[in-house]
Amino acid sequence: MLEDAPDVNRVFLPRDALQRVLDALTGSGFRCVGPRLKEGVIVYETLADAATLPQGVRDRQAPGEYRIEQVSSPRQFAWANGPQALKPFLFAPREALWRVVRDAEGRLTFREVQPDVKPIAVIGVRACDLAALALQDQHFLGGAYPDPAYAKRRENLFIVAVHCSHPAATCFCVSTGDGPRATRGFDLALSELDDGFVAEAGSVRGKLLLDALGCSAAAAEQIAQAEDEIAHTARSQSRRLPGRNLRDALFANLEHPRWEEVAERCLSCGNCTSVCPTCFCSSTSEQPSLDGGRFRHPASGDTRASLHSGDAEHSREWDSCFTRGHSYIHGVVVRSDTRTRYRQWLTHKLGSWHEQYGRSGCVGCGRCVTWCPTGIDITEEATAICGEAPG
Amino acid sequence: MNPHVPWEAEVVERIQESPTIFTLRLRLVDEEARKAYRFAPGQFNMVYLYGVGEVPISIASDPQDTNLLGHTIRAVGRVTEGLSRLGVGERLGLRGPYGRGWPLAAAPGIVPPAPCRDAQVSPEAGCWKRPALVHPCTAEAEGKDIVVVTGGLGCAPVVAVINYIIMRRERFGRLTVIQGVKHAEELIWRERYAYWNTLPDTQVLLAADHGGPLWPWHVGLVTEVFDQAEIMPERSVAMMCGPEGMMRAAVRNLTERGLAEDSIYLSLERNMQCAIGQCGHCQFGASFICRQGPVFAYSQIKELLGVRGF
Repeated sequence: MLEDAPDVNRVFLPRDALQRVLDALTGSGFRCVGPRLKEGVIVYETLADAATLPQGVRDRQAPGEYRIEQVSSPRQFAWANGPQALKPFLFAPREALWRVVRDAEGRLTFREVQPDVKPIAVIGVRACDLAALALQDQHFLGGAYPDPAYAKRRENLFIVAVHCSHPAATCFCVSTGDGPRATRGFDLALSELDDGFVAEAGSVRGKLLLDALGCSAAAAEQIAQAEDEIAHTARSQSRRLPGRNLRDALFANLEHPRWEEVAERCLSCGNCTSVCPTCFCSSTSEQPSLDGGRFRHPASGDTRASLHSGDAEHSREWDSCFTRGHSYIHGVVVRSDTRTRYRQWLTHKLGSWHEQYGRSGCVGCGRCVTWCPTGIDITEEATAICGEAPG
Repeated sequence: MNPHVPWEAEVVERIQESPTIFTLRLRLVDEEARKAYRFAPGQFNMVYLYGVGEVPISIASDPQDTNLLGHTIRAVGRVTEGLSRLGVGERLGLRGPYGRGWPLAAAPGIVPPAPCRDAQVSPEAGCWKRPALVHPCTAEAEGKDIVVVTGGLGCAPVVAVINYIIMRRERFGRLTVIQGVKHAEELIWRERYAYWNTLPDTQVLLAADHGGPLWPWHVGLVTEVFDQAEIMPERSVAMMCGPEGMMRAAVRNLTERGLAEDSIYLSLERNMQCAIGQCGHCQFGASFICRQGPVFAYSQIKELLGVRGF
């Protein structure tokens, strides 16, 4: 929306003004979260001091490989992405949904668990992750049963995006149409230059924040350089999917020998689904309180004991279609081998998402490629199975 | 209202149907919830056993009886084993109803417009957000001949629809009930089948791979009894549930007889955790079985039905 008239809306933030952005957000009640280098990986952590951003850090990513390098550079966002996306901030890896209390008469009282949500401002969000956020919004909020916990966290999220200038070899957001420029869903978006940032607002509150900083308009050459870097990023991506809509090509090839072949390399570990910013599967589990044996499983046959009081918590946590339990149904595992699990993942991600959400479930972030312990590359597998499909 | 949270329900009656199958008749404890609760045959509830977890169970009772909800359950896993031990007066959790039921919704004044927790659906929403109960290619069952096919132990959802039709017999044409079991003793509700067979315009055809003493029905594959059925394809709607292999064979048989693919409905089962289209477990291709199913027209699912791994 701001692309139509970028010049009038963009201001230049000297590098030291970033701390003022953090302070302003903190002052407005947000906990700032940003990229930090931790144990050799860039992760999102609480960020109070802009000086703790990963300055001069580069990431080198390849199938099954992630390495950090330190170079001499003032830049703090000159890397592609770490294993986390926005997903854990909204769709919690594990959370309680409700609790139930059973009284001495066996009566049950159910209480929803209200998530403890505090406003969060995430600094450094990439275009791929904004596209994934839009998809997760559709999934968790767009249906007949909006998820209350997700909704609450979503309402309390402030996003400072950074247009990508240093893609990894595993990135392919250009081919999915989701990057490298952040085009929507942010409050502020930054293009990083050596001495500061070209900043644009994507929301009213973002605009208010920018205005309050009192920065001057970005110079034409600063804007031009920012644009050049985004364009260069787009040109430098070499990985691509063989088409935007692979739905028909995938479902026409359900018996392709490649499924068997990739299954021999796939460990069915679920790393890909954990790092995927759009994967939404979860399973629920029950945790009865450990109250000294007052609780007995009714299946124990002791029905008197089953009427004792106690409480239990019902939680959900991320699940993966690569697990055996994911497709278990009364004694049968529908997807008992890796071939059918990998096929389920890929045909869903690149295929049936189109029918469910009007687009592919892949945003080209490349995380599943990087974090696969055996380096399975989704673009390579899709191309092997679909060929150079149209669309 | 948080869609994940169950209501409290009380066991009002418990019936042992066979050594492993039992029926619980449940009443929602909260009066408002009870009054608001509406369902259609073929829909299901998530039934929660305290301290153990939830399972999806289809609703076996009649939709006009809004006071008591019947669930016929086979004890096969942790939750259902525990449920089988609940006695009258004991409490459990229940939320629902979920999914789309059999295509009976055309019957005016019988099935309410939408289940209570599923009403707010925007019309412009995409395919998976279509409101429950509305089948995209609804063959209205009312006024038509009904062919019910079931096999194995998957009979509860269709027994609900058989009862529904029997109670409103004049609204439907000929009723044919075809059921196959492995062993004769697996068949529950044997007297009901015998009774239905005495009703006018109603034919019951049962088959057991292994018969037994006093088994008056066919011994052999269920598909063998189709020849005895008097099916008029152009005026028939088929509804089936049970093992998918059996359903596929039945679909082949019925389509060969001229039944349209849009006139054949199947109830599918997959792992379900949330029942509200979020947890991802029950996906069958692009469909969330808990939302667009569990009852599908054959034409909707034929691409993947029978493909191992979906």
